[in-house]
Amino acid sequence: MEHIKTIETRNLCDSAKNGGCGECQTSCQSACKTSCGIANQKCESK
Amino acid sequence: MIHQYKLGDYNIVIDVCSGSIHVVDEVAYDIIGLFEQKSREDILLAMEEKYADRSDISKEDIAECYAQVQGLKDAGKLFMPDNFAPMAGKLKEKTAGVVKALCLHVAHTCNLNCSYCFASQGKYHGDRAVMSYEVGKQALDFLIANSGTRRNLEVDFFGGEPLMNFQVVKDLVAYARSIEKEKGKNFRFTLTTNGVLVDAEVIQWANRECSNVVLSLDGRKEIHDRFRVDYAGNGSWEKIVPKFQKFVEARGGKEYYMRGTFTHANPDFLKDIEVMLELGFNELSMEPVVCAAGDPSGLTEEDMAIVMDQYEKLAELMLQKDKEGKPFTFYHYMIDLSGGPCIYKRISGCGSGTEYMAVTPWGDLYPCHQFVGEERFKLGNIWDGVTNTEIQNEFAACNVYAHPECRDCWARLYCSGGCAANAYHATGSVTGVYKDGCKLFCKRMECAIMVAVARALGE
Repeated sequence: MEHIKTIETRNLCDSAKNGGCGECQTSCQSACKTSCGIANQKCESK
Repeated sequence: MIHQYKLGDYNIVIDVCSGSIHVVDEVAYDIIGLFEQKSREDILLAMEEKYADRSDISKEDIAECYAQVQGLKDAGKLFMPDNFAPMAGKLKEKTAGVVKALCLHVAHTCNLNCSYCFASQGKYHGDRAVMSYEVGKQALDFLIANSGTRRNLEVDFFGGEPLMNFQVVKDLVAYARSIEKEKGKNFRFTLTTNGVLVDAEVIQWANRECSNVVLSLDGRKEIHDRFRVDYAGNGSWEKIVPKFQKFVEARGGKEYYMRGTFTHANPDFLKDIEVMLELGFNELSMEPVVCAAGDPSGLTEEDMAIVMDQYEKLAELMLQKDKEGKPFTFYHYMIDLSGGPCIYKRISGCGSGTEYMAVTPWGDLYPCHQFVGEERFKLGNIWDGVTNTEIQNEFAACNVYAHPECRDCWARLYCSGGCAANAYHATGSVTGVYKDGCKLFCKRMECAIMVAVARALGE
């Protein structure tokens, strides 16, 4: 019996190996301007 | 660290440090909740007692479920420790001195007189002013000169109302386009406007030059017109909505956001979202008002409870609209689970004061648009660069681990420590936290992840 379904996500521990190029969008430079969220940002090197 | 919650039809478990997300049945939900506190034997016994009257859940099922949880832990997808703290300053160290984004305050003036404006009607507590072409050009030269190997450079035309200085905006974009190839850069321009001066020329120009436009609309006419009035006190809804409709239609699929603010007047902001949808807009953003304590437009405790409920209903509405074949996006519910930001980005903080700065009409540099007008935070200017290194160092050190309250928060890798300006205005320190903002952020992330889960499961 399957009790758990795992959704495909980016492995954050693996992303530590070659992450950090810095090309991604600046956190606030979009629709919000009054809060900070980074979950909705795209990785430019993927 | 894990975070588990029930929303919609789902039991969701987030493993904070691996980024894994699991949808689980009730037995797994309970086992995961106890997994790190109790022994295997105690957990199995507790589950057998709890589910004793359930014929569909056998002892074998419970033991099998426990083994599946253990398997996920062994695979690094549950209960992963946070080993990222030593990396927290690395990205900023590596990119020290590199600027990649500017918020150009091309107009510290506005043709609307919105009392809730954090920029005090565009003046930022100072005098009215517009940016000259010479200042703007120097700002772009400053950005290129300080961008190192960064190829993508972001420039937001902001105000006040930037279209009150449209000729300079156009000239600055033309200048940037004329040099970007030889400099090996790619400018991404954005425009934030209240719509009053939008016309055919603006639409054509913005759709050619701007990767994104942010269009200010608060939703229902009576809500919008309560704050967004001209200097004679007339509401702006009737005037701007047809313009925005033309703008968006002509955009041809390029990114835009209808961006509203909700206040004490409309904590039931879902009604405003519904109005935006009825008007034909489907890329939406609604932000809680940011204002000083005691401001009558600020959200009360009672409002906060309503807002939390509205966020859940918004998630349900999104899934319902998916089923109807009329999907829409909500800025804060956009989450790219499989291709989102790397861990460096997630722990580095928002970048204000280091890679991102705001430029005033007269060329002063501030950590971001929300600090403009606060003299203590002036970093320098576009001719001499950053001279106030003490303040810049404060911002460079501002990462997720610099906020003591964030260490125990499950959402820290989704907000990167939050907004420095909100933290400063709430606590007097950029390493503080704006607690009400955190509550709303956590709720938004729970909803965003629930929507993403439902979509991933095709339900």
